[in-house]
Amino acid sequence: MDLKRRIVLAAALAAAALPLAAQEKYITVASTTSTEQSGLFGYLLPIFEKETGIKVRVVALGTGQALDMARRGDADVVFVHDPAAEKKFMDEGFGVDYKQVMYNDFVVIGPKSDPAKVAGGKDVLAALKKIEASKAPFVSRADKSGTHAAELRYWKSAGVDIDAQKGPWYKETGSGMGPALNTASSLNAYILADRGTWLAFKNRGDLTILVEGDKQLFNQYGIMLVNPAKHPHVKKDLGMTFVNWVASPAGQQAIAGYKVGGEQLFFPNYKR
Amino acid sequence: MRAPTSILPLVLEDVSFVAGERAIVDRVSLVLDAGPRTIILGPNGAGKSVLMRLCHGLLAPTSGRIEWASPERPGERRRQAMVFQRPVMLRRSAIANIEYALGIAGILAIERTRQARAALEGVGLAHLAERPARVLSGGEQQRLALARAWALRPEVLFLDEPTASLDPSATAEVERIIEVIRAAGTKIVMCTHNLGQARRLGDEILFLHQGRLAERAPVDRFFDQPASPEAQAFLKGELPWT
Amino acid sequence: MGTILHAIGEAAGLVLTLDPKLVEIVVLSITVSLSAVALATVLALPLGAVIAVGKFPGRQTIIVVLNALMGLPPVVVGLVVYLLLSRAGPLGPMGLLFTPAAMVIAQTILILPIIAALARQAIEDAWREYQEQLRSLGAGGWTAALTLVWDIRFSLLTAVLAGVGRAAAEVGAVMIVGGNIDGVTRVMTTTIALETSKGDLPLALGLGIVLVVLILLLNAAAYSFKEVAQRRYG
Repeated sequence: MDLKRRIVLAAALAAAALPLAAQEKYITVASTTSTEQSGLFGYLLPIFEKETGIKVRVVALGTGQALDMARRGDADVVFVHDPAAEKKFMDEGFGVDYKQVMYNDFVVIGPKSDPAKVAGGKDVLAALKKIEASKAPFVSRADKSGTHAAELRYWKSAGVDIDAQKGPWYKETGSGMGPALNTASSLNAYILADRGTWLAFKNRGDLTILVEGDKQLFNQYGIMLVNPAKHPHVKKDLGMTFVNWVASPAGQQAIAGYKVGGEQLFFPNYKR
Repeated sequence: MRAPTSILPLVLEDVSFVAGERAIVDRVSLVLDAGPRTIILGPNGAGKSVLMRLCHGLLAPTSGRIEWASPERPGERRRQAMVFQRPVMLRRSAIANIEYALGIAGILAIERTRQARAALEGVGLAHLAERPARVLSGGEQQRLALARAWALRPEVLFLDEPTASLDPSATAEVERIIEVIRAAGTKIVMCTHNLGQARRLGDEILFLHQGRLAERAPVDRFFDQPASPEAQAFLKGELPWT
Repeated sequence: MGTILHAIGEAAGLVLTLDPKLVEIVVLSITVSLSAVALATVLALPLGAVIAVGKFPGRQTIIVVLNALMGLPPVVVGLVVYLLLSRAGPLGPMGLLFTPAAMVIAQTILILPIIAALARQAIEDAWREYQEQLRSLGAGGWTAALTLVWDIRFSLLTAVLAGVGRAAAEVGAVMIVGGNIDGVTRVMTTTIALETSKGDLPLALGLGIVLVVLILLLNAAAYSFKEVAQRRYG
């Protein structure tokens, strides 16, 4: 095929790929791997789309990455779970219309053999103290995610200076929840995980839930619009439709309706 | 249309080609006129191939002057052609190879097939026109190369040991075709180290020794009474490989 | 071993039932990678030809750099393209981030050096063979280069296939610039990464088997195409 025809063909192919974005109404939501991998979005978004005709494109990263992405203006809405980081984000002026909309909980996962003897406990801080004392292998996500931030808070509240006291037993993978669970499964290690990802996780090996139900393990999710004043191209109206819908009775009901194996994972708690 | 002026005579003035330390062609001066079949003779390494490539324009001289009577301009149709010891064919049919050369020469598409077919007939390859050129035998490919060169109606045809890789019957065919081309008016400049072929095909001999033009003489005089000691030694078979 | 058998079963199940999600993902993967290959080939062949045939200062350095760029890490390319296409970056207003177009751009950048470097080698070798004859006929510059490229087109196909292989197999670049968005930028490799991270190893491996088989089929088709053409043109 001669050169001119090749150029035209290539340009046509490239042009064909571009309009894929242009035609439909959609917003880009920066969210977390734990929310996506728990399957919540797979359940929630079709309901939203049916009601409003707006497609939601979720880019799933760690909370820290999601907020950074929003700071750069690459998302319209942010939906993450780290109130301290979210507050910083709002204070910096990058977000508006912040709403706390749901929570789920963390659980302490570990091997059935339970070398640190934490099974059945109702106190996450006590459990972590025992794990550190026994130097049993523990996997940390170490990726600026909401889960990682929570883990660090717990170490601190438990009186453990993790930076100083970590040793070869403390494995920092710098990865999302799923890959971290894979690592914990192959190492038979302890790990802090959100219930949603754990229930959807299939490679459990010898791991099981050892500590749950502690009120401190509650994990609050917040949603906000990326500030159009900082990033004028943000889809303000479509984005606010989504933010408001998640907080609305319809959205809150949908959140409560999502179950895995008969268990509800996320608990709506939006209060005006 | 302006009548084309001949590109001959070709004048070489003090031409040298130096590679590294060695002068492969060493201060050669000569004039090539239309008419006589010129054979460049000499032992291996004498500089025959390089001299022809200098004349044909494939190499630039390190020093000296090479001038055709009518200068060649880039983009203009070439009025000289060359056939190499090993023919290089494109991955196309035999006739397409000739059409390709005619295309570069600016012949219109409608004319190309007719002229290409005529050239093939002239060398006896018309029955192989559609065959992929690269599957032809060595002799057939060389005849195809001649047909391609001939189709271009060159004023000068350079041939670099055209039969060195061929068997006797293919050699005879090639020599016959060269004669036909000459008869149609093309100046033949050929190098060979086959003395019998030089005697058969040549009108004059240019004898090169170690890059220098050692002797130039009409063919009969060269072979019967060589003037230079190098030529005498060469013909007696005593010249060492240089 | 059990996982592998399970994976083969998963792969077979997905393919035989023509799972619609799988079809969507495969179609997108093929579209993105082949678009990138087409675009990269159009740019790389002339580039390879110019470097192969030209004489200019720094030519050897350029060849070394081009060969080295064959080893560009996909994740680095993804990161650089992300920074370019991000709203905070120079090309942000084009709104290309997290679209298939961004994935095509990243993969094109990734495989362009591969096709160019391999083409350069093939063209340079062929040039050595054809050079004198082409110049003798009066073909210069672009004419000679194009004739050469067309004549060795089946050898160049091998270079293009190398590019296809690299594009189809990489995950780092498309993950970063595409965002692995369900239904929009999710391709085979990113799906395999996702299912792996969800711990569904048999499904991930099954998808992997489908991907490898697809690439095998493509290469087999290209090989037989070459064989047929070889017989026709010699």
